[in-house]
This record gives sequence, structure tokens and C-alpha cells, in this order.
Amino acid sequence: MTLTDALALLTPAIPDGAVCIHANGHIGRAGCAARDRDECFYMIGSMGLASSIGLGVALVQPHRRVLVLDGDGNLLMNLGALATIAAARPPNLLHVCFDNGAHASTGGQPTVSDRVPLDEVARAAGYRFVGRVETRAALAAEAPAFLAREGPAFLLVRIAPGPPGPPAPRIPHAAPEAMIVRLRRALGVPSVSEVPSDSEGGR
Amino acid sequence: MSGGLPADHFVDRLLAAGFDFFVGVPCSLVKTLLAELERRGLYLGETREDAALGVAAGAYLAGGTPVVIMQNSGLGVSLNALGSLHVLYRIPALLLVTWRGYQGEDAPEHLVMGEVLPRLLEVFGVPFRAPLPEALEADVDWAAACIRETRRPVALVVRPGIFE
Repeated sequence: MTLTDALALLTPAIPDGAVCIHANGHIGRAGCAARDRDECFYMIGSMGLASSIGLGVALVQPHRRVLVLDGDGNLLMNLGALATIAAARPPNLLHVCFDNGAHASTGGQPTVSDRVPLDEVARAAGYRFVGRVETRAALAAEAPAFLAREGPAFLLVRIAPGPPGPPAPRIPHAAPEAMIVRLRRALGVPSVSEVPSDSEGGR
Repeated sequence: MSGGLPADHFVDRLLAAGFDFFVGVPCSLVKTLLAELERRGLYLGETREDAALGVAAGAYLAGGTPVVIMQNSGLGVSLNALGSLHVLYRIPALLLVTWRGYQGEDAPEHLVMGEVLPRLLEVFGVPFRAPLPEALEADVDWAAACIRETRRPVALVVRPGIFE
């Protein structure tokens, strides 16, 4: 199962309105190609912080489902997030980790996830649910149930090392600011705070 | 060092200015502030300062107006998040950064960051003020206005003795 295969199984099952925070690297690019929605956030820098960003969204909008699409390299860079999320216990936060055992977008350098099972780390931290799938059939069976679970829930999706699938374009350079405006509008944040008030004379 | 600002007044001022989400990593210079935020159930303690910035970014995406509290040592930990998340995407936050190593009078581990702190904020394009206690509350309004106008992170640098 490649990353693209896994996203093709998972993303159609994501409920409308759910926020989806993508980690940087191939996950954001392939995720954008698989299913882009206004509620998507694509992190292009700040490696490691996708799960922390998801926690912030989940705490401020507790009635909205928040899905983090993470990777093993990202998660290992910010393992403390597992502890903070497990301790905060947001029932609306779902955390998927695509684990290929490598930093795929920088040349496939290995991570330690082959020897340190990240699902067991999440379980020890205290996530309410922890699952692990390694085949397409298992992911197809688990995805709808996982997306409806009470959080914090963690699903490790073991994917193949090597290419993530067909090449996906980079997130466009002009996109970051526009992405924030689009996402906040989709989440019902009053638009007045999105517009720089340089011309409003302050308020 | 006496005559510092009562933490409860300062929290009231932050809330009145529209700040509504508080996350951070502790420093002794703001222990009364953190205790007051904890007492009101408003504070999320993080493991690292860059993770705190990540949580703050998420809070902003969902409609919150975040404050990130950290020691200046943690500003070093935060630089990539500041540059490639907050500044890049124009995600604002008020950074309350304590100034350990102020005027070279502190434990040795604080002296390098203490000396470069203002320059470091300048290099990263983070507007900041380092007020005396009597100006701190007014500078909260400055920070709130700055955030509305620029949608960039701003900082209030907390010198020793600012809070009770």
C-alpha cells in the first residue's frame, strides 16, 4: 500500500465539515491531490507540528471533528504532542500516522519506527483508541469506524517505503495566506478578523 | 524587586483586549501569571515552545486569539515555527517572552540568549516592546492592535520583577 493508495481509501470517508490538518512533505501534496476541501490545512514547513495544530483547532471548536494526517518522521520530531494530546483528551481529535519508516521527501533516510512502534507509544501515552492497519483491506474496513470514533484516537497506517505514488505537485507558493482565509471562513470565523485593517483606522 | 503588577489585573486586561487562548511552557518570571491562568482554567501547558506555537496556530485557525507564554530560552526552540508557520501563513499570536539574562545578571546558561533577545526578535520581524510594569497593560492594547493590523506574531518581553 502506497501513501496514495491509503489516501484513496481514507479521504472519501472523511465527513464533510471535518477539519483535516496535513503534515508537510508528501502527505500534504498527495493529500491535496486526493481530496482538497476548504477545511484542509497543508503545513509546508514547521515539521512535527501538525498534531499540535490539530489540537489547537480541536480545543477551540470542540464540536467539530478534526483529523490530523501525520507521518512517522513528523511524529518522532514532536513526540511530546502525543503526551499533550492524550492528557488534554479532546474527544473530537483523530490522529492518523502514515508510517513508511522513512523521511520519504528528503531521500528515504530511515526513521526508527521499525524498532519503536508508534502505535504502542500512543497507547502508552493514553489515547482513548489505538489501531494499526497494514493492508488495503484492513484500512478499507477500519476507515469509516475510525472516523466516527471518540478521540483522542490514533491509527497507524503502515505504508510501503519508496515512492508515495504518482508525483503530486507542491503546494503553490502563493497559497499559505489564502489557505488561512479559506479555512477560517469554512469554520465560521467572522471575516472581519481576516482582513488586515490597515485601511480601517483600527478599532 | 517589589511593586510588580498583580497577575489577576493583567489577565483581565488580556481578556478585555480579546485574547482568549493561553498556551506555553513555564518560566519563574511569570509564575504568578501562570498560576492565575491555571486558577481560571484558561491555560494549556505544553512540552516545548514550538509545540505551543503549533497549538496556538490551530487555535487561531478555529477562531481563537492566542497568547504563547515562554522563557526566552524557548524562543530559540521556536524559530522554525515562527518563520515557516506563523510569519509565512500570517498567523498572529501574542508572545509573552520572559527576559532571563537581562543586563547580563543571571545564571550563565541565560547570558547568550539574554544578550541577543531584542536583536533576535528584530531579525525575525517580530514587533516587540519590553515595558516597565506601569506600561505593560497599555502595551497589551498595542499588541492587540498590532495583531489586527498585521496578522503577524508580536511580543511583549517580560523583564525580571514585572509581576508580583
